[in-house]
Amino acid sequence: MTVLTLSRRGLLKGAALGLLASTAPIAVMAAAAKGGRLVVAADSEPKNLNPAIVASNGVFYIASKVIEPLAEASYDGKDGLEPRLAVSWEGAQDGRSVTFKLREGVTWHDGKPFTSADVAFSALEVWKKLQNIGRSVFANLETVETPDAATAIFRFSKPTPFQLIRNALPVATSVIPRHLYEGTDIATNPANTRLVGTGPFKFTEYKPGEYYRLTRNEAYWNKQAPLLDEIVYRVLPDRAGAGAALEAEEIQLAAFSAVPLADLARISKVAGIKVISRGYEALTYQLIVEINHRRKELADLKVRQAIAHAIDRKFVVDTIFLGYAAASTGPVPRNAPEFYTADVPTYDFDVAKANALLDEAGYKAGADGKRFSLKLLPAPYFNETRQFGAYLRQALAAIGIDAELVNNDSAAHQKAVYTDHAFDLAVAPPVFRGDPAISTTILVQSGLPAGVGFSNQGGYVSSTLDSIIAKAAETIDTDARTALYKDFQKQVVADLPLINVAEWGFITVARDTVENVPSNPRWAVSNWADTALKG
Amino acid sequence: MKRIAALLRRRAITAVPVLLIVIAATFLLLEHAPGDAVDSYLVSLGGGDAKLAAELRAQYGLDQSGFARFRLYLSALARFDLGWSVAFDRPVIDLVRERLPNTLLLMASATALSFGLGSLLGIAAGARPGSLRDRALSIGALALYAVPGFWLGLVLVLFFSVQLRWLPLAGMETIASGKQGLERALDIARHLVLPVTALGFIYLALFLRVMRSGMAEVWPLDFVLFARSKGLSRTRIVWRHVARNALLPLVTVLGLQAAAMLGGSVVIESVFAIPGFGRLAQEAVSDRDAPLLVGVILTSAVLVILVNLTVDIVYALLDPRIGSGEEGA
Repeated sequence: MTVLTLSRRGLLKGAALGLLASTAPIAVMAAAAKGGRLVVAADSEPKNLNPAIVASNGVFYIASKVIEPLAEASYDGKDGLEPRLAVSWEGAQDGRSVTFKLREGVTWHDGKPFTSADVAFSALEVWKKLQNIGRSVFANLETVETPDAATAIFRFSKPTPFQLIRNALPVATSVIPRHLYEGTDIATNPANTRLVGTGPFKFTEYKPGEYYRLTRNEAYWNKQAPLLDEIVYRVLPDRAGAGAALEAEEIQLAAFSAVPLADLARISKVAGIKVISRGYEALTYQLIVEINHRRKELADLKVRQAIAHAIDRKFVVDTIFLGYAAASTGPVPRNAPEFYTADVPTYDFDVAKANALLDEAGYKAGADGKRFSLKLLPAPYFNETRQFGAYLRQALAAIGIDAELVNNDSAAHQKAVYTDHAFDLAVAPPVFRGDPAISTTILVQSGLPAGVGFSNQGGYVSSTLDSIIAKAAETIDTDARTALYKDFQKQVVADLPLINVAEWGFITVARDTVENVPSNPRWAVSNWADTALKG
Repeated sequence: MKRIAALLRRRAITAVPVLLIVIAATFLLLEHAPGDAVDSYLVSLGGGDAKLAAELRAQYGLDQSGFARFRLYLSALARFDLGWSVAFDRPVIDLVRERLPNTLLLMASATALSFGLGSLLGIAAGARPGSLRDRALSIGALALYAVPGFWLGLVLVLFFSVQLRWLPLAGMETIASGKQGLERALDIARHLVLPVTALGFIYLALFLRVMRSGMAEVWPLDFVLFARSKGLSRTRIVWRHVARNALLPLVTVLGLQAAAMLGGSVVIESVFAIPGFGRLAQEAVSDRDAPLLVGVILTSAVLVILVNLTVDIVYALLDPRIGSGEEGA
């Protein structure tokens, strides 16, 4: 089967504008005012800003405006994609190659032309060798052929599902300029902090601890973009800072829930400020309970089922996330319709049933009402993960399980859970990155060495799940592969290697003057070529 | 002058072991904190495979023992090399040079505010110990002292920046404004008003209390009675005789406060997004960046030692009794 994946919109515009077409709605662009400086809040300063090496949201938030991927996520494009540096992508039937047609007439910010050699270099030397996600997605990439400047053919040593490569395009394929990196130590190249890309904005200035400044790329391949003159990322480390700065009009936008959920009800009533909950659909975070199966009580499925029944998901969504989340049914979020299935076992909130299950498992309550004690480590990364930790402790108390809360900072939590396995239950917020094979199957797969973060470090082993995961990794046919992942979801929910509780996207708060937010499901980490300021 | 030279010599000799203890303690504490720089970095990546972690540990030198790294650090330090910050991927000395002026400016302004205003209010309170004014000032100052710094900072921001929009809400200067010279200095001053007030007001109480109680102790002394019986005006007695004699303990407090201010600035720098030393220290801890943290704490320690030395010199100049006895011993 040959899959031709040119987005429908890309084709229409390709016909109209000779494949140099804009990917943003032209009507909107014509209406919006040009120019202006958009000031947004930033809460972290990544030391390595190169998205080809560090594929993380913190890096993309800034770098995605400067360095572009081959394709970006889209609300209405075919397979949820729209073209960026590639205009089409096509997988071979045997799963051993993928052919990319690249955009022509694109130049780097330093004036050099962008060619297939840049893509080949990025893929082989950076994504495959250095990138946190590319190291697994492109593990079997053998060579990249470049028959001409606008064609790159990826050849794999083993059949590799085209569906996976396609889904990884927005996250794992940021292209960096070969002429600045070749022959240097890529990991320490100065261009990792002073980015040079092909994107709508150039990296102009960085004042550590204060701001990043990006300015308009006059030579951008999409002649109608960008609409802004400048984007300034203002570093505001305090959680209360972003909301106040928005109210004082010192910044115009705060993404990634920089304004805490608890402040949203108040700030949404402030004149001139809007609260936007869309634009994160392809960056869904999942609230899960990680389980250490080395504990004999937790190795018992009945105990895990009891815990699943003890959690009131509606309470979690309404009270902890203040409604800005959805209850999870399984390891794949609803926002991934390509893979999601609701046809899985369910665990209603039912304390009596949970208690009965624990009795059945042989863990009778003692004279003090306690069945057993365990250690609960909530991840410190978000307010909500910490709050859910406190809630879970109470929910467990209701079924006679005495949980001791252990609060750590990021580094200590990482070591305690993923290296030392010094936990019984942990609360984690993994991200669903477009395809279960990218960062979801790793949460239940067995045989991973200690020290791998956000992975199955709970000692869970299931030959059924391991074989589904292995089979999906080499299944080329998209439908067959999708079916395997539907089965994967059923198995995970039935056997509960972990408990999926809720899934959420972040919230953007912006002044009314900021327009075209959001224009795609990875908006905060996309290129903002079509973002504009009114007036 | 001989007294002061001896003081300097003595202090230089004692400073070395103090700094060594500071370095060793910081290193040891961070070494015993669970998790390392790679763990912290992997969190920011959203995970990574075991090989990546091992490669990073080798690159950062974290595969060596703590003792080996400590020895390496000391030998580099002996060559005045503060090392390489893992979290920022830059030389520590550059970061220190970049951030220290901001913190010094903040601390010096806040100290000046709390010392100046605190001692003035202390004189106002101590002019008539036990009076209504004295009580009101003392209670007011204590209430301020009890207020957490970040809360005061946030309230000031909400009122003066968000509601009234009189003052900028955060940062050291207007971002990417291209201001130069006097215009830039004024801009920085405007930005410093709120953080300096928040930091300075909290420590104001201490100066007020010390001044007031110092004056209360001086009032019953014979020379005050004599000054009164000479027929001097009350104002003259308060300023020339009582306040002046109560000033000496204040200088001691000033030296001690320098260290406390450094601690308080961590919080204030976060609230006001000022790229200073406090925030750098906080980031060094959460990123488990030993060279950076030691660099920050070492510089702070040197700073505190220098301030205390200055205080002692001022003391010796103000009071001839100090230092002369020690010299013979």
